[in-house]
Amino acid sequence: MKIEVLGTGCPKCITLERVVKEAVAKSGKFAQVEKVDDIMKIMEYQVVSTPGLVINGKVVSTGKVLSVNEVVALINE
Amino acid sequence: MWYEYSKEFIYNIVELDGKLADATHFFIYDTIKIWFLLITIIFIVSFLRTWVNTEYVRAHLQGKSSLYGHVGASLFGIITPFCSCSAIPLFLGFIQARIPVGVTFSYLISAPMNNEIAIAMLFGLFGFKVTAIYIGFGLLVAILGGYFIGKMGMEKEILMDIKPIDTDLEASLTKLSIKERSKEAWDYTYDIFKKIYLYVLVGVGVGAWIHGYIPTDFIARYTGEGNPFAVIIAVLMGIPMYSNAAGVMPLVEVLTSKGMLLGTALSFMMAVTALSLPEALILKKIISLKLIGIFFTIVGSGIIAIGYLFNLIL
Repeated sequence: MKIEVLGTGCPKCITLERVVKEAVAKSGKFAQVEKVDDIMKIMEYQVVSTPGLVINGKVVSTGKVLSVNEVVALINE
Repeated sequence: MWYEYSKEFIYNIVELDGKLADATHFFIYDTIKIWFLLITIIFIVSFLRTWVNTEYVRAHLQGKSSLYGHVGASLFGIITPFCSCSAIPLFLGFIQARIPVGVTFSYLISAPMNNEIAIAMLFGLFGFKVTAIYIGFGLLVAILGGYFIGKMGMEKEILMDIKPIDTDLEASLTKLSIKERSKEAWDYTYDIFKKIYLYVLVGVGVGAWIHGYIPTDFIARYTGEGNPFAVIIAVLMGIPMYSNAAGVMPLVEVLTSKGMLLGTALSFMMAVTALSLPEALILKKIISLKLIGIFFTIVGSGIIAIGYLFNLIL
């Protein structure tokens, strides 16, 4: 499983990355977490409000910091 | 009602009197009232916002006429969230969807100006009429400002090469249950309130002190009719204060009650929210300094004109 956090370095993006790492640990699944700060790549995902969350190439959330449990739910989907 | 209770508490239970009682009463009354309004208004706005996100706005504005674009972008700016940190993806994303630069600027002017914190503070401090004037004229600045920037042919001032997307974006509203929406709105409200309640406290505190101790004619001389440059100075001072809208507005209200003209106050508050230095620095990465200069000049002049207009007619 590949999880990408899209963001150009705003405080919210950093928070989301931390939340995602916690969520991965909590879910017990094996997932690769990557922070994407290249604006061109962010735009390829059609995201205009950061932070964005992408799981296996699919955008699941934009413009907000999710809670650990919300991310765990998304990982388990 | 709350005014009477807090007055009763200060004068008869704590038994303060004179200037100290005035200032303390004002402080307690205003702080609690504004906190309450902030929580209520931020909750309502963020609840409505769970339907519409920025991605939706972009899809909606794609391929629309220029007039519809400017008006629509400005109106959407009221309801959608805006953080200067996502100005870059927003700007480039709009251009990518072939939304004209001018329309993009209409949105970029309106979104921070009509943010929920500013609206809640205005409503709590100045009441409905001033809030409506602020939003109405704020929209006018966003529509006209974006229109003029669009007319100037600024496409070449964008420093990045954006490949436009040719497919039609799908404008879909977020699907969530009411319970999920309420929870999301509440989380957001809590988060924002946690960040700004202290600013409100300090702002109202300093305001209460001015209210009780600084003489009216002193303020009127520097910010009222005695100073013809007040509006311009107010706008220049507003530019570096973006993040502190919650703390600055209580001061403005006190200054207004002590003789500062309302037009000057309006200009100042619009400058605080619409002209943000951090946002300009972020945008500098993707658009030329020339375009940023034009953006600030057009919005700044619009805001100054509104200030003088209101000082004349009110």
